[in-house]
Amino acid sequence: MDVFLQIFFDGLVIGAFYSLIALGYTMVYGIIKLLNFAHGDFYMLGAFIGYALLSFFTGDGGLNAGLLGIGAVFIVTMIIVGLAGMGVERIAYRPLLTAPRLSILITAIGVSLSLEYASMIGWGASYKVYPIKLPKNGLEIIGAQISFAQIGLIVLSALLMIGLRLFIEKTIYGKAMRAIALDQAACSLMGINVYRIISLTFFIGAFLAAGAGIMSGVYYGTINFMMGFIIGLKAFTAAVLGGIGNITGAMIGGLVLGLVESYGTYYLGGSWKDVLAFGILILFLVFKPTGILGAKEMERM
Amino acid sequence: MKKYKKHSLLLLVIVMFILPLLLDIYWLDVLTLVLFYVVLTQGLNIVVGYTGLLDLGYAAFFAVGAYTTAILMTTFHWSFWLTLPVAAIFAAVAGIIVGTPTLRLRSDYLAIVTLGFGEIVRILAINLDITGSASGIYGIPRPTIGSYVLSSQQDFYYLILIVAILSVLVVYRLGHSRIGRAWVYIREDEDAAEAMGINRIRLKLLSYATGAVIGSLAGSIFAVKMSAIAPLSFSFLQSVMILLAVVLGGLGSIPGVVIGAALVIVLPEVLRGAEDWRYLIFGVALVIMMIFRPQGILPKKYETEDRSDPEEETNDKNHSISV
Repeated sequence: MDVFLQIFFDGLVIGAFYSLIALGYTMVYGIIKLLNFAHGDFYMLGAFIGYALLSFFTGDGGLNAGLLGIGAVFIVTMIIVGLAGMGVERIAYRPLLTAPRLSILITAIGVSLSLEYASMIGWGASYKVYPIKLPKNGLEIIGAQISFAQIGLIVLSALLMIGLRLFIEKTIYGKAMRAIALDQAACSLMGINVYRIISLTFFIGAFLAAGAGIMSGVYYGTINFMMGFIIGLKAFTAAVLGGIGNITGAMIGGLVLGLVESYGTYYLGGSWKDVLAFGILILFLVFKPTGILGAKEMERM
Repeated sequence: MKKYKKHSLLLLVIVMFILPLLLDIYWLDVLTLVLFYVVLTQGLNIVVGYTGLLDLGYAAFFAVGAYTTAILMTTFHWSFWLTLPVAAIFAAVAGIIVGTPTLRLRSDYLAIVTLGFGEIVRILAINLDITGSASGIYGIPRPTIGSYVLSSQQDFYYLILIVAILSVLVVYRLGHSRIGRAWVYIREDEDAAEAMGINRIRLKLLSYATGAVIGSLAGSIFAVKMSAIAPLSFSFLQSVMILLAVVLGGLGSIPGVVIGAALVIVLPEVLRGAEDWRYLIFGVALVIMMIFRPQGILPKKYETEDRSDPEEETNDKNHSISV
């Protein structure tokens, strides 16, 4: 039982990362029907920019930055990466929005390669150790060790997701996003600046992915320029699992995938966990491409 | 004009046959690699160029060929030539296995599924005992013709040159056949193609299987040339590089794709100092190509008259923005 619970909490943390990245996938997909292959790289970029800022401010890696400083770095990083997301959309995707689908997919791969190897040139190919470490202490619930850091990460992810939901449901921008997902042409006739909203979508997607990136950097302790590739694929799996284009679906999909992977790793061994994720992806695409929440006409984003 | 073209092609082939006598061992090796890429890109050209299905896991078929040959030759002591048809069959089956579930899906889902499949094959190669785990298979014997053992750099150059010429011929002939026209039709407008009586499912699977067989052929020769293979050679990056060569050269265009293959291999060799920059440059190149010249360096010329833009896709307009 204690092992079961332990795995559950570990899975929840990973699942929260997946959810945050899957949200970006699903939003971009919902609005312009593009699979943004480069999305996982915003996660990587978040981890690296967070790393750079933290190293700069904390000097030799002491914890003297304080919680406030770390929080500030966290937000600044997310905004920088969000702007990078807007830049990528403006430079690489916008000229191709009306082009054949194949072109824009290939462009996305090009963007992904560029981001990865630009980071490699900038920060080097080796693993970087994150300048701050999380304290190990925590609670014990029925024999399972749950650190405060884990709880913190889960709460933080949940806050971001709730914030996103509120943004999409309550604000006029969120309304515009939902409208564009339904009918782009009609929206531009109604005076919505479609390009601006698409830009905003990329900002939010990259913003959330960067949040996941910096959190995972703190959580795992090491980062690498290729870290976005596999997790991008997994997050896509999560988005499909929940029903692509569906915000709630992406959150649920991420958590489910995180848990399945956690238990799978425990029972099958770590070397098969990627196969498990891709297997789920392929099975879902074949048998239920609309995902868990796709049965009815879902609230599309 | 046509005669002139034929002559220059013949001249090119003769030059390719004489070249090894003039080149040093280093450039011969580079040229051999170019020819491997020519074969691979021809295979992928069928899938992406002709049929318009984005395959991001093409290196998996390369791996299937290489591992089948390697395992049969080392564990079961088969002759190299006998492993070729077996590898081809395995690759065709693998192609159909990936292809079948994705037939109902939109093209971008297909891209992701092939990517996932490519990763699964690589992970399998790393984890299974029969594929030698992460260190791969080594000590693959040299192929023999009669009593002559193919072992020198030049032997393999000629072997892959012949296969490259054959694959170019096959892909050219296929492209101009009934099947090739059907593939292009599916790419341009799937529904219309089906309405015209084209069996969409069968032809898409055929496209996959043909591409896979050509890829596996390159893999088999790769295995005996290197005499050692490891999962590292069949990564996602390899798939991307093959795709890059096809896209740079011009989707569906055979001479274009050959040029693309040469560029992708030779450019990094020329830019030795910029080793780290290689993939960044390639990534940026992909984006720039798609924005400014999506038809590639040497685009395919279409015989049909009223096509102003050969890449224009007509069947999916709902993602376009009208302003």
